[in-house]
Amino acid sequence: MPTTGTFFQDLLLGPEPAAWAVLLFRVAVIAVAFVTLVSLVAMLCIWGERKVAGHIQARLGPHRVGPFGLLQSVADGLKLLLKEDICPQQADSLLFRLAPYIAFAPVFAAMLAIPFGPNLTFEPRLSVGVFWILAILAIEVMGVILAGWSSNNKWSLYGAMREACQMVSYEIPLGLSIIVGVMAGGTLNLVELGHLQGGGIHTWLVFANPFAMLAFGVYFVASLASNKRAPFDLPESESELVAGFHTEYSGIRFSFFFFAEYAAVFVVAAIQTALFLGGWHDPFGLIGFYTARFIEASNTSGLIWVNVIACAIFLAKVTTIILVVMWIRWTLPRARIDQVLYVCVKVLLPLACVLLLGAALWQLFVADQPGVPWFDYQPWSWAGWAGARAGLITRLILAAIGVSLIGALMIWIGYAVISGRRRILRLTDPEPIV
Amino acid sequence: MIVGLHHYLVLAAILLVCGIVTMLIKRNAIGILMGVELILNAANVNLVAFNHYLPADSGIRLDGQIFALFVIVLAAAEAAIALAIILSFYNNFASIDVEKASNLKG
Amino acid sequence: MTTVLFYIFALLVACSAIGVAVSRNIVRTAVCLFFTLTGVAGLYFLLNAEFLAAVQLVVYAGGTLILIVFGVMLTNRLPSAGWDVKPWEKTVALGIGAVLASALVASILSLPPRAQPDESGAYPVLELGAALLGDYLLPFELVSVVLLVVMIGAAYLAKGRRRNREAQP
Repeated sequence: MPTTGTFFQDLLLGPEPAAWAVLLFRVAVIAVAFVTLVSLVAMLCIWGERKVAGHIQARLGPHRVGPFGLLQSVADGLKLLLKEDICPQQADSLLFRLAPYIAFAPVFAAMLAIPFGPNLTFEPRLSVGVFWILAILAIEVMGVILAGWSSNNKWSLYGAMREACQMVSYEIPLGLSIIVGVMAGGTLNLVELGHLQGGGIHTWLVFANPFAMLAFGVYFVASLASNKRAPFDLPESESELVAGFHTEYSGIRFSFFFFAEYAAVFVVAAIQTALFLGGWHDPFGLIGFYTARFIEASNTSGLIWVNVIACAIFLAKVTTIILVVMWIRWTLPRARIDQVLYVCVKVLLPLACVLLLGAALWQLFVADQPGVPWFDYQPWSWAGWAGARAGLITRLILAAIGVSLIGALMIWIGYAVISGRRRILRLTDPEPIV
Repeated sequence: MIVGLHHYLVLAAILLVCGIVTMLIKRNAIGILMGVELILNAANVNLVAFNHYLPADSGIRLDGQIFALFVIVLAAAEAAIALAIILSFYNNFASIDVEKASNLKG
Repeated sequence: MTTVLFYIFALLVACSAIGVAVSRNIVRTAVCLFFTLTGVAGLYFLLNAEFLAAVQLVVYAGGTLILIVFGVMLTNRLPSAGWDVKPWEKTVALGIGAVLASALVASILSLPPRAQPDESGAYPVLELGAALLGDYLLPFELVSVVLLVVMIGAAYLAKGRRRNREAQP
């Protein structure tokens, strides 16, 4: 299997680059692409969240500040930058200042393994890709605990304790549901996983077997909880804990926590896309087909275009997941902490264990096409699936179910939007600006 | 200067000594637990480094890493049990000072 | 580049390990331990043990250490004054440490140098998994039994603790 991940590096630096050139290139990628990406993601997420909240709860501001309310994020950012950076007198000032960085740094490291396109991964040879992201996000909790502890404030401490137990317990169903997907793909490397899903919508791992489909749901719920998103946002529940672990933070340090949270949401949605939802591939398998063809013909400009389009598709999928996360946040009320732990230990954990067992048995007894490299993949010919008919039929049925579910959801949302438009003026709406 | 096996061994020795000193000079039971973790990490660094610098023809490829894996798992188990004991001790003595744990002294 | 990275990680590990030993605030000790564990994970990356590095991060830094910090938070209501060990104890401890360190370093330096790592290409997670479920199947199963016993034991101790507290007035 050709490692095509370093395609852009080879393009810029030639086939045998000097060590310092590679180093410079990588530092440049981190400095230019990742920093911009993380801040853009955070800005756009804040903007999107306000817009979604505005639509769902009839809030006015986010629609009025500049075109489409876009300036709201800028205004927020300026406000946060200009605010005084306060450290409480009784706080452990060293740890208080350190905590935001510990919470923020892992997200950058997680970006290493995310496959934005067939050749757009920073470290494509990372053999433990998915597991690496999971591991690096696990140490983010340390920053939150430190923040809560060093603030010397009982609300902060409660928030930190909640975060610790919530995060550590939800990591288990999260990991188990990832393993179900990894088992269906047969590798931990996210780039290889992406290539495996290139043959059309029925090759996406979410449709690989019924257990993977359920594991997709388990992963989604567990990722909400481990990112402390509503309805599991107990660590910062403002109705009971003021603002949880970041009660005492202000200004730029507060915004670090904010950035870390949104970037973590992005990373987790990116894993979900890359692992279950076909990564950078479109539903018809065109990207996979053209990638293979262009690599064979060494068509450089074609490959660049494929990468750009693939990156756009990947980001579109991630954005959809993030929008669903926001939709859930502004729709559902917050759970209690005992309910949160109940859901983890007594519902998700047994479910994930059963799914793991089922997926293992499925791999044993139902013939599939495990580990067929994408360039040997013949998604449209029956012959490519010789001996794996049961697997293919299951995939097709599951894909049909998935597509119809998404279609039903779309129709529902469309109906809601249209019926909402029909009522011209709500009570809280101001006079329309003409 | 190429980093060789010795560098890792010296680093592991530093870790080990720090762990032992931590165990000796802390009176807080949790501090002693942290010293134990340091010592286990020193052992792990040694195992993985030896595994990495094995001659390629020795036929042993991953045993050191697997040992280290088991050490990590058992360290987690050890920490869980030790913390349960410490909390139980705290409940009985309202302290986690190990010098107070001298009830059985004759 | 590997050399530079090694020295960065080694410096991080060594400094924070010394921090663990000398810090008197238990929470700061925990933070130092956090940096030690993260640095060791970085060393595993340099040693071509990617899976182990990820395990170190997720189990050690993300699990065990959080557990320990939890313990710190549950038991830290006490006044920490008068907790220092006596000066002579400290001297003895440092003496033992110095003797041990010099003995270890002397014996390491007397080893023949061996700087040719086993560069047999990419590190396969596959092989590790096969070894775990092949040659090492029995220890693997035993470890899972140990974990089960530990879980039950910790739950039992925690439950006993609650009963004690109810018995107290």
